[in-house]
Formats: sequence, structure tokens, C-alpha cells
Amino acid sequence: MNRAQQALYEMKQTDELAMMDSPVHRFSALSKLMVTVIYIVTVMSFSKYDFGGVFMMALYPYLVFQLSGLSFKLCMYRMRYVIPLVAFVGIFNPFIDRTVMFQARFLSVTGGMISFVTLMIKGILCLCAAFLLSGTAPVDEICGALRRLHVPSVFVTVFLLAYRYMSVLMEEVAVMSDAYHLRAPRQKGIAFETWGSFLGQLLLRSMDRAQELYAAMQLRGYDGEFRQTGNTKDRSVSFVWFVVWTAVFLILRFVPVASLIGNLFVRQL
Amino acid sequence: MIEVKNLTFAYEKEKPVLHDISFTVKDGERIGLIGANGAGKSTLMKVMLGLLDGEGSVIVEGIPVTQKTLAETRKKLGFVLQNSDNQMFMPKVYDDMAFGLLNYGMNKEETEKKIDEVLSSMHIEYLKDRYNHRISGGEKRMAAIATVLAMEPSALLMDEPTSALDPKNRRMIIQIINDLKQTCIITSHDLDMIMDTCSRVILIDEGRIIKDGPAVEILRDRKLLEAHGMELPLSLSRL
Ligand SMILES: Nc1ncnc2c1ncn2[C@@H]1O[C@H](COP(=O)(O)OP(=O)(O)OP(=O)(O)O)[C@@H](O)[C@H]1O
Ligand SMILES: [Mg+2]
Repeated sequence: MNRAQQALYEMKQTDELAMMDSPVHRFSALSKLMVTVIYIVTVMSFSKYDFGGVFMMALYPYLVFQLSGLSFKLCMYRMRYVIPLVAFVGIFNPFIDRTVMFQARFLSVTGGMISFVTLMIKGILCLCAAFLLSGTAPVDEICGALRRLHVPSVFVTVFLLAYRYMSVLMEEVAVMSDAYHLRAPRQKGIAFETWGSFLGQLLLRSMDRAQELYAAMQLRGYDGEFRQTGNTKDRSVSFVWFVVWTAVFLILRFVPVASLIGNLFVRQL
Repeated sequence: MIEVKNLTFAYEKEKPVLHDISFTVKDGERIGLIGANGAGKSTLMKVMLGLLDGEGSVIVEGIPVTQKTLAETRKKLGFVLQNSDNQMFMPKVYDDMAFGLLNYGMNKEETEKKIDEVLSSMHIEYLKDRYNHRISGGEKRMAAIATVLAMEPSALLMDEPTSALDPKNRRMIIQIINDLKQTCIITSHDLDMIMDTCSRVILIDEGRIIKDGPAVEILRDRKLLEAHGMELPLSLSRL
């Protein structure tokens, strides 16, 4: 497999994950979408030194991984390119913010260190939440949920097409790079001189295909609305899912659960 | 009835790909659209569907194909694309088949019933729950044809329906086309298939209609076919 095929495979794999069956998969996409958005907002709203609070938020991805049967390893593997970016954003914090927060034996823990770790965890948690959404709800159902939230159909269509276009683009990259390497067997990458024509060709080819794909959708009556095909989702259970998690997030956000648990231990010692 | 009148189309100005094409298709008629590579067959179909804007007019059951009437006319015309990869865009074959039906307001039970019916008539029930990226090119072609048949259009336009099919499935498609009651317009380089399915043939070359007439006449005319970059159907050339 070349790298484009690998990327394509991962994308299609997400589609397949979303089609699995588990308690979480059976909730409506709307409730999962809302829970995810509220989760991300909550995680992001913690102060940059509130390591304990952010850490407690891992409860949600932990439980959803358990319930949905999605693999945490796979999730981490998928994030292998994004995590370094998150790390890069916060990497300078320890050098800038040097106020010592507390002393752990010989190491003085500074504000910068704490905020760096907190930021990393925030990033990973949000990525996990996004992965869990895409792995438990097919993209069409997510689009349908966006429509029900009254997101204009233009945006939803653009989002859906961008998603489909990505796989078309990757397919073309895969085919073209195979064609290239069959005729340049000793080269590792694609020679720098041919980048321009390769990319230009890629753009044209994938645009043609995307256009035809959109035509195929139009020919079958696509008008910006989504009519779900999945099994009828149980609305009341989905609603409970949404309410329960919203409540849990609010508690975790405004009640210092981490330090309460900490105190509990200290008192017992 | 489908009427095509004085259709002219160019991808790039000054270089028309279709020149003044006119013909009429009666209800239930089977038409083979033949011509060498690049003759303009796929382009003609796309203009008829309103996917490309040409000059001239296309009238489907009394309704002219224009931007305003697309929803109506497209419901009447089913199109099997030359490239099935572009036709199938949902994760599973089932979703793809359901997509059009749900869009045109069928409910879930009816949709499911219709899909089962079409799949079993084509003997491809096993494809129902398969992922589109995990089926072979020929299976995808069969599935693409199934998605279009499920919508029960009043006319079908098929761009190379038998390319990529093995002999068994090719025969199956010929059988299916012959059992259909709808109007069919079929392009193909498989002239034997055209011979088995169509009563009338339109031969185009460089975007012009060269000849329009009974299939038996045109497909037997070795001189005519060779002059326009084609060969006699195999079944006839052996004689
Ligand atoms: N997107 C495009 N832009 C410009 N020219 C095009 C485009 N698509 C096709 N053409 C040109 O239009 C002409 C007709 O193409 P078309 O695809 O209709 O041929 P065809 O008869 O379907 O051929 P084939 O048997 O190979 O499928 C060709 O000369 C082709 O080069
Ligand atoms: Mg063609």
C-alpha cells in the first residue's frame, strides 16, 4: 500500500466503524453531535492550570470507548500526525511561564509545565471526542443532525462534499502515484520537477470526478436534505444520553471533583 | 417520448463536440448509441440529462429539460454512469440504493422492500450489506445498475453498462434490459450486446449523427462501421 492508499483506507475504515452496532451507535446522531460539542466547549473552558479538572473530563471518552467497542489504540494511531501539532502549540509555555507552583522533591513544578500538560490533555481529549463522534455516527447522519440544528443547507452540503471529495482526491493520488512508481521503480518519492504537473493533473482529475459524483447525487434527487437510512433511533433514550452527559459535564466543570477526591484520600491517610 | 432537437454542445468554445443532433425516441424503444472512442456518446447523454448545458432542446414526456425542470425530468430519466466509482458514493450498497428512493419521498419500509426486490431480480442479494469500497469493479457496476432500476425511471440511459462485467453478468444485464418495459438508450462498444437488446441504432462520429436506423441494417454494414472506426459484431463477423 502506498501512503495515499493508507490514508484512504483509514477514511473508509471510519465509515465502517460508524456502521457498527453498539449502544452508543444506536443513539441519534443529533444527541451525539450535541454531546460532543458541549464536551469540547467544556474541556476548552477549563483554566490552563486546572490540570485536575481537565483530567476528570477523561471520564467521557473512557466510558464511550468502553460502550462503543471502538479501540483507543486505533484512535491514538489516527492522531499520530495531529498530536505533535498540539504539542508544538504549548511547547514554549514552560520557558515563558516560570512561576514555581509547588516543589516536588528536587523538581520545581512551574506554571508553564502545568499549562503545557493541561493543554496537551485538552487537545487529546477533544480529538478523542471527535474520533468517537465520527466512529459512532455515519457522516450522512451527522449532516442530517446539522440540518436539524438549522445549519444552512449550503454549509452542510459543502461539508458533505468536502468529505466525499477527500476520498476522491485520495483515490486519485493513490492511482496516480501507483502509475508513477510503476514507471519509475527506483525512485522513493515523486521527483521534484514533476510535482507541478502531478499536482495540476491531480486537481483536474479529482475535480472532474467530484463533479460527476455530485451529478450522481443530483440525479437521484439530492436537494440538500437528508433522509436517514439507518435503523430508527430511539429518541427518548438518545435524549436521556444527551441530558445525562450535559449534567455530568456541568458538575465536572463547576464542582472541583478532583480536589474533593484528593481530600478524601488525604483524610484517610 | 424523448425528443432531442438541434442539440449542439461544446466543452471549449469554437470546438463543438456535438453538432446539431436531432432524434426522437418512442416509449419503450431500445436504442443503441454507437461510435468510436471520443465520438461524443457520453457527452450526448449528459446534455440530455441536463448535467451539461447545450444549445437546442431536449423534451422528456412533454417537459423540456431546463434548470427549472431538472427535478422532474431527472426523476423520469435514470442514468448509469460510465464510471461506477462515481455513481456509488455511500458507504454501503444498501445506502446507495436507498438514497434516491428516500429523496423522492418513499418511506423506509417501502424502500427496503423495493431494494430487496431489485437485488433479487438481479441475483445480487449478497451485495446488499457490502461496503462499496470492498466490492469488485463488476459487482459495483451491477450495484450501480440496481440503484438506478430501483428508482423506476420511465427511461434509462446507460453508458457502457456491460464494460467490466464477466460473461455471466453481461448476459444477466442483457436479460434485464430485455425484460424492462422502459425506454432504453444504451451506449456500448459491445455491438453484440447492442444487437441482442436494441431494435434501433444511432451511429455517431465526431459529434454528428451519421446514420439512424434499424439495428440489423446498421450493425451488418461492414463498410459503414469500418468507415467510422468500428468493426462488425463478433457474431456476424464469423459468418
Ligand atoms: N470535460 C471535457 N472537457 C473537454 N473536452 C472533453 C471533456 N470530456 C470529453 N471531451 C471531449 O469530447 C469528445 C467526446 O467525448 P465523450 O466522452 O462524449 O466520448 P464517448 O463517445 O463517450 O467516448 P468513449 O467511447 O471513449 O466513452 C472527445 O473528443 C473528448 O476529448
Ligand atoms: Mg463515453
